[in-house]
Amino acid sequence: MKRSHTDKTFEQELATLRDRLLAMSARAEAMIAESVLSVAERDPKLAQHVIESDAELNRLEVAVDELCAKVLALRQPAASDLRLITTALKIVTDLERIGDLSVNIAERAQDLIRSEAMPIYGDLPHLAELAQKQLKAALDAFVHADADAALKILGNDELLDSLFVKLFNELIGLMMEDSRNIRRATNLLFVAKHLERIGDHAMNIAEMTVYMVKGTDIRHPRSRELNRHTA
Amino acid sequence: MTGPRAKLEAKALSVHYGEVRALRDVSMEIPRHEVLALIGPSGCGKSTFLRAFNRMNELVPGVTSQGQALLDGQPVDHFDVVDLRRRVGMVFQKSNPFPKSVFENVAYGLRIAGENDRRVLAERVEASLKRAALWDEVKDRLGDSALALSGGQQQRVCIARALAVEPEVVLMDEPASALDPISTAKIEELIHELRAHYTIVIVTHNMQQAARVSDRTAFFFMGELVEVGTTEQIFTNPKEQRTEDYVTGKFG
Amino acid sequence: MTSQQRRALSRAFGGVTGAAAAVIVLGLVVVLVDAFAGGWGALSWRFFTEGPGEDFTQGGIFPAIYGTAVLTLLMTVAVMPFGVATAIYLHEYARPEERLARWVRAAIHNLAGVPSIVFGLFGLGFFIHTVGRGLDAVSGGGMRWGQPGLLWAALTLAVLTLPVVIVATEEALRAVPQELRLASLALGATRAQTLARVTLPRAAPGILTGAVLAVSRGAGEVAPVLLTGVAFYLPELPGSLSSQFMHLGYHTYVLATQAPDVDAARPMLYGTVLVLLALTFALNLLAVLLRARARRTLRS
Repeated sequence: MKRSHTDKTFEQELATLRDRLLAMSARAEAMIAESVLSVAERDPKLAQHVIESDAELNRLEVAVDELCAKVLALRQPAASDLRLITTALKIVTDLERIGDLSVNIAERAQDLIRSEAMPIYGDLPHLAELAQKQLKAALDAFVHADADAALKILGNDELLDSLFVKLFNELIGLMMEDSRNIRRATNLLFVAKHLERIGDHAMNIAEMTVYMVKGTDIRHPRSRELNRHTA
Repeated sequence: MTGPRAKLEAKALSVHYGEVRALRDVSMEIPRHEVLALIGPSGCGKSTFLRAFNRMNELVPGVTSQGQALLDGQPVDHFDVVDLRRRVGMVFQKSNPFPKSVFENVAYGLRIAGENDRRVLAERVEASLKRAALWDEVKDRLGDSALALSGGQQQRVCIARALAVEPEVVLMDEPASALDPISTAKIEELIHELRAHYTIVIVTHNMQQAARVSDRTAFFFMGELVEVGTTEQIFTNPKEQRTEDYVTGKFG
Repeated sequence: MTSQQRRALSRAFGGVTGAAAAVIVLGLVVVLVDAFAGGWGALSWRFFTEGPGEDFTQGGIFPAIYGTAVLTLLMTVAVMPFGVATAIYLHEYARPEERLARWVRAAIHNLAGVPSIVFGLFGLGFFIHTVGRGLDAVSGGGMRWGQPGLLWAALTLAVLTLPVVIVATEEALRAVPQELRLASLALGATRAQTLARVTLPRAAPGILTGAVLAVSRGAGEVAPVLLTGVAFYLPELPGSLSSQFMHLGYHTYVLATQAPDVDAARPMLYGTVLVLLALTFALNLLAVLLRARARRTLRS
């Protein structure tokens, strides 16, 4: 039986925190989807919408940070509550960065729209799909406090990186083929880079989820080894 | 390493007050120079566990116990109780200085052990009051009644009194629960300094105090030892669900 | 009932209880005024320092004062050690279920209710006839201990006031907070050391109050000493523990009933009564002051 906190105000604050994180996650996912679509469909309105959405994401980040600081000061959270708060503080940073990356993708889309359409995009759609899938899985794992699902995501990181390298080579090839491709290919390269970074942030979220649920910090294993020896 | 590693140890310790079971089969080791905090809801047995080590439980009528409490590997029953209580000192929840002067309060333990040399007493009283971080405040008032001091000072007189007989272990039963925050902070600072010389076991209702002061924390519930671990681990990632629930304020 | 009626009822209740208290005070005042009026004139230096003159109409009551004082002193010396020791045993050592403790407590309760004349008979039968005659038989000194005297009267009174001392001492011990004993024991003191250094010093004022109450009670009792040591008239002051003595309370009885000329002896009677009352008041006042001082030191 899951017990609730004796202090009902505290219980309410934690619920509010979860709601805000949920809202941020949903918005971040939406922003990526729209920004990628704006590149594929060459839709300037969509791109503009993404850029404007960032303000709301930033507002939510501030709201979450404030709530976490309040809970830390007033409730002295311990154990799982404490891990929830520290995880929330870190994840919020990742989500905000994801928002910024989506905006960057949208800006690249605006530049691409001004030039002629590219004949091929190579594996870019595939990369976009994978990055979005990773993020969704990571956020689902966090929301449901599912450490096993989070660990599974961490296995897929290499796939994303290798896909990026492949795309990189493809686009370099396009630039070498025809110098008129350079501007457009460079924009696409940026988009690919941003998507790869989004994948990294999804990884971070998954790692923090494992810490929150299990209490073990699985990040940077070699650095932790080093700390243990020098401490 | 020669001799037992643990300063204090409990082996399957159970204590009954008549029909009521206060402690159930508790086993634990407490290494020397450690500060161990005992936490848990009211009536969970933590004070009973504490008092097993200086046999103060014996003063309660109708008490029986099974299992053992050990000091330096020897059961506490094997020691002469007077000798045991000098080696294992105790500070109580409500400060209880005798209605005597500050000097006589701190010297009490020495006098009853037979020490009456004025110079020796003066030295030990000064040393104990310094160790209890009270010397500067009372050095000109040693002849005044201890009852004229503030609550926090009185409690430190009681600590000095317990230290004067040069114990090896200091048991503290909620030593700061009746004090204001500044006095509490002073006592907690004192515990930090004392750890270098003594093994300290402290019962506390205040989880934040346990977190601030102790190396390891033991969580008791309904007479059982539920979990014991480093304080950091108990408060960031406890192993037992009951510990987790207590520490996050879901009951107790 | 309306609130007005309730308030009226409350005030009426206050009035009734106040009237009851006033009646008692009035009674006391009447007694005092009567004693004062009748006895003040009889008080003089002679009254306090000389023995009774012819027919008890002249002279003083010094032998009675002396006898009462010595008697009371002996009684106190006899009752305090036993009373305090018993109380210490009952409160500090005995467990509540112990049989001995229960019997002792029952004995104390019953003792407190025994009529004082019965104590007199006890004193006569036990101390004088049994112990006293036995002592005489052993020492071969004739009829010295086997008859009424200071010692037996004092012991009889001691038995009578024993419950007073025990109860007062136990109350004083109970008032000592348990934490002080625990602190002492936790420092490695034995129970005896804790008693001597912590508990008894702290309980001392209360124990002293008990002593004063016992004295106050004992000084006023007549029936027990009637059979165990007082005399109607003695030419000399009592010289040893086996001597008889004169006694203020008994002397009052004598003056009121046995004097040849009762009317002429009345001033002496009132004077004696006044002295007796003054003595009782002084002792009670002392007990009150001691108790107040004890409370003050405890509070600091």
